Order: sequence, then C-alpha cells, then structure tokens
Amino acid sequence: MSKRTVELELATPGVDAAGRPARVPLTAAAEPDLGGEHLLLNMGPQHPATHGVLRLVVELDGETVVRCIPHLGYLHSGFEKLGEYRHYNQIIPLTDRTDYLSPMSNNVGLALAAEKLMGIEITPRCTVLRVIACEMSRIISHMVWLGTTSIDLGAFTPFLWAFQERERIYDLQEMWTGARLTTSLTRVGGLMADIPDQFVGKLREFTRTFPKTLGEIDRVLTRNAVWAGRTQGVGTLSAAEAINHSLSGPMLRASGVPYDVRKDKPYLGYETYDFDVVVGEHGDVFDRYLVRLEECYQSTRILEQALDRLPDGPINVDDPRVILPSKTQAMSDMEAMIFHFKQVMEGVKAPVGEAYVGIENPKGELGNYLVSDGTAKPVRWRIRPPSFINLSALPKMAEGHLLSDLVAINASVDIVMGEVDR
Amino acid sequence: MIPGLLREAVARDGETIVYVARERLLEAMRYLKETPGQDYDYLVDVTAVEFRDRERPLEVVYFLRSLTRKADIRIKVELQQSDELAVDSVYSLWHGADWLEREVFDMFGITFRGHPDLRRILMWETYAEGYPLRKNFPLRGRFSRAEQVRQALNLNPEGHYSLEELSIAEAEGDLPDDMRDRLRRGERGVIPDPPAP
Repeated sequence: MSKRTVELELATPGVDAAGRPARVPLTAAAEPDLGGEHLLLNMGPQHPATHGVLRLVVELDGETVVRCIPHLGYLHSGFEKLGEYRHYNQIIPLTDRTDYLSPMSNNVGLALAAEKLMGIEITPRCTVLRVIACEMSRIISHMVWLGTTSIDLGAFTPFLWAFQERERIYDLQEMWTGARLTTSLTRVGGLMADIPDQFVGKLREFTRTFPKTLGEIDRVLTRNAVWAGRTQGVGTLSAAEAINHSLSGPMLRASGVPYDVRKDKPYLGYETYDFDVVVGEHGDVFDRYLVRLEECYQSTRILEQALDRLPDGPINVDDPRVILPSKTQAMSDMEAMIFHFKQVMEGVKAPVGEAYVGIENPKGELGNYLVSDGTAKPVRWRIRPPSFINLSALPKMAEGHLLSDLVAINASVDIVMGEVDR
Repeated sequence: MIPGLLREAVARDGETIVYVARERLLEAMRYLKETPGQDYDYLVDVTAVEFRDRERPLEVVYFLRSLTRKADIRIKVELQQSDELAVDSVYSLWHGADWLEREVFDMFGITFRGHPDLRRILMWETYAEGYPLRKNFPLRGRFSRAEQVRQALNLNPEGHYSLEELSIAEAEGDLPDDMRDRLRRGERGVIPDPPAP
C-alpha cells in the first residue's frame, strides 16, 4: 500500500439491526497524514486564472501554498532589443504591444521620454488630449481587471458590465486612432491625429453614464459576503513591505502609501487637475479592489475637467525636423518633401544623453528610459514594467495562503503578460 | 558625501547621475537608503546600458527615489568590458531588486554577487545563445532558425522545471535514466563564445 492511500471506514445513513433509521457520522478510521508530504503543482502557462501565459510552480502542503515559484518569458518578444534598431517614432507601435490593455498611455509614456530627451515642448491641445488618452486607458484597464478578477472569484455579472463599459471606450479609441488595440496614438512632438468631430460629445456621454455602472458594480461586489470573504485579509502587504518590494500604482497605494506619479512628479500638467489620490488601509486584495474602483471615479473626474478645458490649436509642434509634413505639402513643396524624406529615411536624431520619464499607468509606474548616442536610434530603451515588478512580490504574498487564494492574489496584482515578458 | 563617489553628471531630464566605484556600491546604497536627509527608500528600477562604442564601459543603472522627500537620484556603476562583469547585489537593501537584477543578469550577463537566486528569468534556464541585450548579440539570435526550432522541440522536462523544483517533487525516481544522469551532472546550457569582431 502506498503511503498516499488512506483507508476510510465509510458509514452512511441507513437502518440498524432493529430496522430503525440510524444516522452514523461519516468518519475516517485514521486521520490522513498528509502533513509530511509536499505536492508540486504546475499551474499555467495555459491556465485561465493566471491572466495570460504566466506559469506558477506551487509547492503545496495539503491545500496550503508553501512556496510559489513563478516562471516568466513565454511571451518574451525582445521589445527592448528591437527598439535599438528603430527610430523613435518606429518604437511607438512596439509600446502598444507591451501593456496591451492600456495601449494609449504606453504610447504617451514613450513619446514623453523621447520629447524629454530631445527637449521638445508639446502644444497645449496635445497635452490635454494626452491626458484624455491616459485616463481612458486607466478606465479600460481597470475594467478588464475588475471583470477578470470577479470571474476568477466566481462572480460573472460584473464581468459583463465592466466589459460593456470597456467596449464604449474601445469605440472611442477606434474613432480616434482607427484601431481598437494597436492604437499607436502618439508621435514624438504630437499625435497621429486630432480627435474626430463627434468624439467630445460621445466621451461626455460616457463620463455622464459610466459612474452609474460603477455604482452598480460597487453595490454587487463591495458588500457581497462571498467577495469580501475571499478578498479581505488575503495577500496582505504592509506599507514598508510594499516599498521594499518596489511596488507601484494601486498595489502600493492599497498598502497605504500615498504615492502617485501624477501628483508627486507631475507630467502633462496633472498638477492642475482636481482629483484625489486613492489610498487603501490594509494592503489586501479587497483594498486593491477598492482603490481601483475609486480610481475609475477619479479618472472620470479628470476626463470631465480635460474636456472642459480642451483648447483649440495645433496638436503637433511646429518643427519640420520632428513632425512629418502633410502628404499634400510633401507632394507639392520641395522643402517639405526634403524634410519628409529625411525623417522617413534617417529618422529624428536625438542629442547625446539620457532621459527617464515615469508615468502613472493603470498598473503602476511605467518608466521609459532612453539613452542616445546622438543617432536617430536609441542605444538603450528600457521599459520599467510596473506589472513585472508588482508580480515579483507574488511569492511573498502567496505564502501560507490556500491555493484558491493564490488565484485571488495573482488577480489582484493586475498583470499583463505582454508587459511582464516584453 | 556618498561613499565611493567618483563623479556627478546631470541627465537631459534634469536628474542627478552619480557614478560610484564598483567596490563601494553597496556601501553607497546603504548610505543613501539609511542616512537621514537622504532617505532614498524606494528602488525604482535597475538596468544596464551597453554603448555601441566598444571602448565604453557597460553601465549598471540604479534609479532611487525618496518617497518622503519626493526626490530622485540615479546611481551608475561602470564595468569595463575587459573586466569581470560583476557587481554586488542590493537585494539585502531592497527585495524589489530580486527580479530586476535577475533580468539584468539574463539580458546582459552581469553577475550580482550575493543575490539569493540568480537565474535567468525571461529566457529559459537552458538557453544557450548568450545574453540578448548585449551589442555583440545579433538581432535574430546566434543560432539558425532551424537550430532554434530543433532545440525548442527537443526541450526535456528539466527545461521546464528547475533543479530546485524537481527536488521538491522528489521526482528523481520517476525520471528516465538518461534524464536522471543529466540532472546529476548538473547539465545546463553552454554559453558560446562571442564571434570575433
């Protein structure tokens, strides 16, 4: 007999010798002794609850996680290496594919870093439009997070509501850029296109009705006993631990650290918008949920303010060395054609030096670090991937929890494997 | 005064770059983290830069931030190409350095002394083509496409589990003989020498 086999003396309800009904409790002859033997469980890379191609090798003692060893790289595409062979504008399509749940704010992050490197000041209209792009991205990313996490924990309805709202933003994204996912919205020094005519009206309609859905999700989940029971006190990280593990974004704020790049190192004029930094208290999965939910309200506020102040004017800087001339101009004006040719063939040269710009992405601080040696292609393009760094705290958070809690904790990190593996 | 300070520079984004002597990196980092008035308690990122100019040393770059003072600083350590590519790990100060240093090791082949678990992270454990972000690494990899496909199809289970995990599972008894022998020998991928320039 293998030591894994446990002999059970099964007793089921029946009748005793006298014919009277008897209920005998179901007991095991011997308590199964499973404590000594650990089980190695492989979860992923094709498991639906690992949110992509994350693979977790979990050492289990019964149902308790003793150790969790993540394996990454199944989606590694070498974006950083590819970037070294591309002009700055050609890198922008790569950024779509890193954090593909918020492509527009990735585009903005890279453009800001390249502009910092080249010393370009973007126009007021472009600044506000980029804020709109970032906050739209935050909403869709948080909606995906909310939907998938609620599915992981057994609630199907909020998933449908969240994805319906996300679809409305995707429609707007498609109106603006022509693509739902691979937006490639920005260019160094501006944007690929101005917003179309009906855009402002539709976005206003969205900001007016979206809080209603958020309220419904709030009502369904926040005081739901199952939801609270599965998320409260699970995967707790204290403020000191969160800082020590370099967490950022909602993960850091849920642990009670009020750090938000938009407030503390403002870019795109975020200091002029009126919004609150949402901070949690306990640093568990539930607080991360509350932080992300409230951030959606705050993003809606920012969107409304941005629409109110949206100035007229050009979206691109007035510099023919950086911005491509219009096709009509390039075909009719000799000088414009030369600039067009030089930009396409040689690219925009950046001066020698380096620049790092961190922006508050939905997942955390997305950093773009560009090092230039004076040519049109960067020597090094480094993405500081927020979900990669947040995920590195997963083994610590999962230790001692049940396997089913590991799913909740992993969901609460809000990873997107395109960015983790790059 | 930061221990081991060699020189300072200003980046194009206005941040201060501090070059630190390699031997005194850990001392400098501890000073920056623990000295009142410095309080750089948050490690933003760790990365490395290799320049196209072969003569220039590699740089290991640390981005530090003080959450209380809302200030950033960039620390750099220069590693000569001819020298051993190794620096001290800052894992003892920030646990966030764990995966970041593993990634730099994986992509550049820079060793972090004192790191508790320095393994490849994005590439698999038996990856044998070298370090992808080094400038002498061709964009399409060192091996031919056919060889890459052949290796991918021939990956044995030890390519999917680390030795540590196989020892947790006590799986050795269940493995075929040849695989067990290879595990006992501690077989890993072999890093080929870079092609002559």
